[in-house]
Amino acid sequence: MRNWEQLLIREGFADGLLEACDTYSRVLVCDADLAASTLTRRVAERFPDRFIDFGIAEQGMLATAAGLALTGWRPFVTSYAMFVAGRAWEIARQQLSYGECGVVVVGAHCGVTVGKDGPTHQCCEDLALMRILPNMTVVVPADYYQMRKVVMDAAGRSIPYYFRMGREAFPVVTSPDDEWQLGRADVLEEGEDLSLVACGQMVSVALDAADTLRERGIRARVVNMHTIKPLDVETLEICAQTGPILTVEEHMAAGGLGSVVAEWNVGRRQPVPMSIIGVEDRYMESGSPTEMLEKAGLTPERVSEQAELLLRG
Amino acid sequence: MNDVTYPKLLEIATRIRQHVILMVYHARSGHPGGPFSAADYNTVLWWKYLRMQPENPDWSQRDRWVLSNGHCSALYYALLAEKGVIPMSVLPTFRSSGSPLQGHPNRLKVPGVEASTGSLGQGVPVAHGIAMGARRRGWGDVRVFCNVGDGELQEGIVWEAIMAAGHFKSDNLFLLVDCNDAQIDGKVSDVMGIEPLAEKFRSFGWWVWDADGHDFMRIDHLFREAFHAPPGKPRALIFHTQMMYPIKPFMNDPAWHGKPPSKEETVLILQAMGEDRDPDELIELYRKED
Repeated sequence: MRNWEQLLIREGFADGLLEACDTYSRVLVCDADLAASTLTRRVAERFPDRFIDFGIAEQGMLATAAGLALTGWRPFVTSYAMFVAGRAWEIARQQLSYGECGVVVVGAHCGVTVGKDGPTHQCCEDLALMRILPNMTVVVPADYYQMRKVVMDAAGRSIPYYFRMGREAFPVVTSPDDEWQLGRADVLEEGEDLSLVACGQMVSVALDAADTLRERGIRARVVNMHTIKPLDVETLEICAQTGPILTVEEHMAAGGLGSVVAEWNVGRRQPVPMSIIGVEDRYMESGSPTEMLEKAGLTPERVSEQAELLLRG
Repeated sequence: MNDVTYPKLLEIATRIRQHVILMVYHARSGHPGGPFSAADYNTVLWWKYLRMQPENPDWSQRDRWVLSNGHCSALYYALLAEKGVIPMSVLPTFRSSGSPLQGHPNRLKVPGVEASTGSLGQGVPVAHGIAMGARRRGWGDVRVFCNVGDGELQEGIVWEAIMAAGHFKSDNLFLLVDCNDAQIDGKVSDVMGIEPLAEKFRSFGWWVWDADGHDFMRIDHLFREAFHAPPGKPRALIFHTQMMYPIKPFMNDPAWHGKPPSKEETVLILQAMGEDRDPDELIELYRKED
């Protein structure tokens, strides 16, 4: 295991928002009584006239933000992923996807690493819910630095946009100087035996797994597939020409990154062998983030084992 | 514009209803009941008070009108056509494949449609967002009107928006409540009562008025009161109306919420409004108009 520097991705969100508010006069930030947790409170403190708290009313907040977008604002609508992408999904469908209102939806506390709050708050369905919507852009920033760039990217566009972030401090896998481009995956390591395609907090897990595999003589390419939609099929094509693909995500194994890649894969003339690592068809439980990752099988050990199985055919 | 007479408004409202019933008849699909109940007060608003430039529907300083009960789309299209924002010739395409006139309004397909609605309740917070956004842009004169059905008030999201508008003192937001006491499963009061409605609005920090929604003088008076009320509160205008008004044999029958009329019924409805020509002949006339 590498000795990773760890940073809160939420800090990257807050720092990105402050920069976005400085750069773009049309950026507004909306929260639903979670400003202290999502860290949008920093915006409220520095740009009080750019922050709106809607109270505990995620559906009303998202629909109201659609109206704000219709008058030229660029609202970032933030709450826990379970509520802003889950509970308010139908508003995202009608007003953002169908109505093409340019709102940025930010799902905080995603995945199983919310930990002790338990399954009610462990949102592992948001990528599936959002990426199924036409006109939606869906991004999973991998770390603090990437989050800052994603926030600035979203602030500069006028399209409906979703991105997610976890609660815990997690390894930093990119650097401040790395270029980030929507829809262009980062190849973090080259390898000629198979490709590990991961997103979000699972990128560091994939990198750790690649280290283990290298010790066993297996060279794995590691791809940070930060954009779920639009999908970077060019990079995937390079992966497919190499060999099998193993996807890793902190999300249901159904419907998210793995499904997106699988849907692309079956459309190829000769699909490559692939496997999907995610939360299997079940709910987790309360417990520490590390325990939840272990119980869900989202660990470097599981990834390297699965990679070897995949290579054996 | 403000000096339109009541007889003239009645004439326009009658034409609006004719457009509606002909669209729904020709499409063999759609919702005539709500448009008939909401036609009179919206005619007063659109022809006396709504600031708009029909030749420039995207004018930033226009008043906005959001149809939250999007199934009443035939009313929206009739108002826009009668104002000259969209051509009359498009009305016979209502609800047909390839038409911009979707069953529920799509803002991207029809000039003058402010929001894509149809999923009940959402128009109210969207309208509130437009009101907040306009205020924040410094567009002080822009008013946002949102037409909402009484049955629609059963949607929880409506009350999230009503609470927020009261909290944020969004006094450029006007909710036009069409109280026709009818929804698909019966009378609103039987299915899921919403009364006492005025008290509910007041307790959420709104100004509220109510009037007979088919009495032009009362409607006009009510709008003037709403425009001149002290600032600091959003405004709810409750209109007591009747589904399928003024077609006496069909009034107060919730079945008309979403029922297309037969040819015989269409003829009867048109005749009750002083139009004796054949419905199909009238549809052909639309096609020839600009």
